[in-house]
Amino acid sequence: MEGIIIFLQKIVIATVEGGDSQVDVEIKMVRNTLVIRVNGELDMVMAEKLKKEMEARLDEGEVKNLIVNLEKVTFIDSSGLGVIIAGYKKVMAANGRMYIVGAKPNVKRILILSGVSKLIPIYDTEQEVINL
Amino acid sequence: MNVKNYVRFEFQSLPENISFARSCVAAFAAQLDCTLDDIEEIKLVVSEAVSNSIIHGYASNPHEKVVIAVSIMDDDTLEIIVEDYGVGIEDVEKAMEPTYSTDPSRMGLGFTFMKSFMDELEVVSKPGKGTTVKLKRNFAVANKEAYA
Ligand SMILES: Nc1ncnc2c1ncn2[C@@H]1O[C@H](COP(=O)(O)OP(=O)(O)O)[C@@H](O)[C@H]1O
Ligand SMILES: [Mg+2]
Repeated sequence: MEGIIIFLQKIVIATVEGGDSQVDVEIKMVRNTLVIRVNGELDMVMAEKLKKEMEARLDEGEVKNLIVNLEKVTFIDSSGLGVIIAGYKKVMAANGRMYIVGAKPNVKRILILSGVSKLIPIYDTEQEVINL
Repeated sequence: MNVKNYVRFEFQSLPENISFARSCVAAFAAQLDCTLDDIEEIKLVVSEAVSNSIIHGYASNPHEKVVIAVSIMDDDTLEIIVEDYGVGIEDVEKAMEPTYSTDPSRMGLGFTFMKSFMDELEVVSKPGKGTTVKLKRNFAVANKEAYA
């Protein structure tokens, strides 16, 4: 019985955390382009973490362009879209460009349905954008 | 219509519980004849409704309660009810308009997603008392084409 409960707990934890212990938000600068890699489920909880990281960097003023890498994002809802749009507004205000890369089909679908993809172009890889 | 199976659970209005809630509902719904895309959509609508209860209903106060009831009917209709006892909504019709939000930093797309991914969306709200969101979608094999 105890074994079964531990097993069930593991399943729940695996779904909740995406079964991955990597960091949630990874940040890198390539010249004046900020690259943000998000890992996990981009809901309200992750959106808040991402917003904090992103705004801190964007407010420093050295960033011109922004690439948000969603390769490791398994889920997105409107809270996640909201933080992406917040980043877009900041980048636009500074006359920069923003790109989304690596969105999985289910995530891409939400980006399209919401109209976000009309504002922010979606590419497959970071390299593709850097080579533009 | 008779209920074939149901689950009901309540949880504290903590943002961390949003992912728990959508995973639970999705796991329960998986006994229906549905695709992975269907499951994704169920996760999304639950995430939207629960986020609304926490963010808007309770103004992010984590010490309140959200209740979820999920039923599968005889005809393979999935019914999801998300209930809070928060501030409620003054004008439900207005709240359901695409891109309408009382919070300028938000998208105003929660209800729009709920509407587009489910067959029915019913919102009952009383200012000062709370909000109940009822979502329905039929998963009978004959209805499949509608979402193909
Ligand atoms: N459970 C709720 N309690 C109180 N107000 C709500 C609730 N759900 C939705 N609302 C109101 O309806 C509006 C629209 O909701 P939604 O479409 O999800 O957009 P968003 O969450 O981005 O504001 C919200 O801005 C809020 O004013
Ligand atoms: Mg919402």
